[in-house]
Amino acid sequence: MSAILEVENVTKTFGGVIANNNVSLSVPEGSIIGLIGPNGSGKTTLFNSIVGYHPIDSGAVRFQGAELSRLRTPQIARLGLLRTFQQTRIFGKMNCVQNMQISLPHVDDNFATMLRKFPPEVAERAENLLEFVGLYAKRHLLAADLSFGQQKLLEFAMALMNEPAALLLDEPTAGINPTLINGLIDRLKRANAEFGITLFVIEHNMRVIMNLAQHIYCLAHGELLADGAPEDIQNDRRVIDAYLGAH
Amino acid sequence: MNRRGKTALYVAAAIAALLIPQIPLLQPYLIQFAFLWVMILFAMTWDVMGGQMGYNSFGNIVFFGVGMYATAVVQRDLYFTVEEYASVAGGEQAALTPVEYLIGLALGMGSGAVLAVVIAALLGSGILGLRGHYFAICTLGLGIAAGELASGWDYIGAGSGLVTPLLPDALGERGPFFFYLFLVLAMITFAALKRLYAGQFGLAINAIRDDEDKADALGLHATRYKTVAWCVSGFFLALTGGAFGNLVIFIDPTDVAFAGPTFGVWMVLMAILGGKGTLWGPVIGATVFHVTQEFFWIYLFGWQRVALGLLIVVVVVFFPLGIVGWLRERWPQRFGEVVDEDARRVQVSLEGER
Repeated sequence: MSAILEVENVTKTFGGVIANNNVSLSVPEGSIIGLIGPNGSGKTTLFNSIVGYHPIDSGAVRFQGAELSRLRTPQIARLGLLRTFQQTRIFGKMNCVQNMQISLPHVDDNFATMLRKFPPEVAERAENLLEFVGLYAKRHLLAADLSFGQQKLLEFAMALMNEPAALLLDEPTAGINPTLINGLIDRLKRANAEFGITLFVIEHNMRVIMNLAQHIYCLAHGELLADGAPEDIQNDRRVIDAYLGAH
Repeated sequence: MNRRGKTALYVAAAIAALLIPQIPLLQPYLIQFAFLWVMILFAMTWDVMGGQMGYNSFGNIVFFGVGMYATAVVQRDLYFTVEEYASVAGGEQAALTPVEYLIGLALGMGSGAVLAVVIAALLGSGILGLRGHYFAICTLGLGIAAGELASGWDYIGAGSGLVTPLLPDALGERGPFFFYLFLVLAMITFAALKRLYAGQFGLAINAIRDDEDKADALGLHATRYKTVAWCVSGFFLALTGGAFGNLVIFIDPTDVAFAGPTFGVWMVLMAILGGKGTLWGPVIGATVFHVTQEFFWIYLFGWQRVALGLLIVVVVVFFPLGIVGWLRERWPQRFGEVVDEDARRVQVSLEGER
């Protein structure tokens, strides 16, 4: 499997704080890769660095061979590398179907498409994906009226609507109740298997990430601490120490 | 209401508005109505940015002034030299044939609109990267700067202003002429915006309003949409300005063309009063605002501005969402929204517990 996403020696500082220090990792095409680490270890910063939310100090990020470190977020998204947010972000005053419609891929947008109305097939696809995440019954509700967990599911469905090649998920199960979590794990796996979307997932819930990921990277204090198969990471002394604060 | 019913309602409203000049009782007030259509145009064009896209612009008045000056200058330069015009404008007004007048007005409004679009695109690519309050403050400076520039430029009359050609007698009374001119302009603008909001453009600028970071993260060309939205707003506002100069005949750089403290503020107030981000809100807000303002002038003379200020305070405190926004909050189903009553109740009670 060739790498769809490669991060090479990425460093990002905020003033004196080194949020990411020489981080290198690679995400093979079609895989599900995990990223864990204690609070403040630089996981979200790394996501932000990858998707061009802020410029990086040094290093390189390559996606399907293309260098990303000089591109901005929307350009990177149009290349097919999408991210979701830890603090769920949806368009609150629009209903779920509208949220889905505007999430269509924007690669071929031009001035003429600004005027287009959405054909019924788009609404149908939107409804199918809402069905896929279990929000079909709520499709005409305003997104702001959904519960937090449902908004997370909506955000996931919006990401699928965008037809990305790879998806960076920032804590997809945070704030979701335990019964829904199992369903979500199943859907993430299906998105990976059926739609062929590579997943790179930040997750604090160990049960989830051990179940989901084929390979896990662990960050601590902005540096890559360990990486390996889930069972190796689980038994890695350094990782356990980092989580318990011994590091 | 089904689609056909809605269309019938729109057609009926349009016909009713077009028939106003036939009602003898209302005939003395046609100029008043023309001003009302202008107010509606102000609110509708402002709402593209401030309401639908969530970018409060206090600089839209620039496009109004640009359209007004461009139209007047084209009308003048088409048939006169500057010196000739200045000499006749003092006493007798420049007399034009009806055809000359109409050609000048049409060409002038057209070029004003094109100029406004160019300015919106240039300014937009520069300052639309700013968000929220920063954008608002930045645009606040634009109107003031434009007024100062116009006051110092001799070619457009500088501080002593510019006089527009008079409406030739053959084209009838001023009342009906400007009544219809502005009414048709307002209808075209309404229809154009309605169509724009119905497509991808509408959803995109709504998305930018709700969460621009998310729109970015989905790959939306946010800057392009923002710039086009401002161009659309500027286009119709410049057309309004071009015709408005001919309605009031005298263009003062800071009191008429770049009148930030009056028109510039009113367009914001009217949109908020009616309910920003809704199709009908600006229309209703402008109507209520204009009518109350006229009543305050008549019955509370001397206190009219105080009364207006109080009205604004009441609206912001009790109806922060505006008239249409308030109605929509109370009866969401009537506006085509679906509400999950149970879910909403649960959420409200949870929020209460926090």
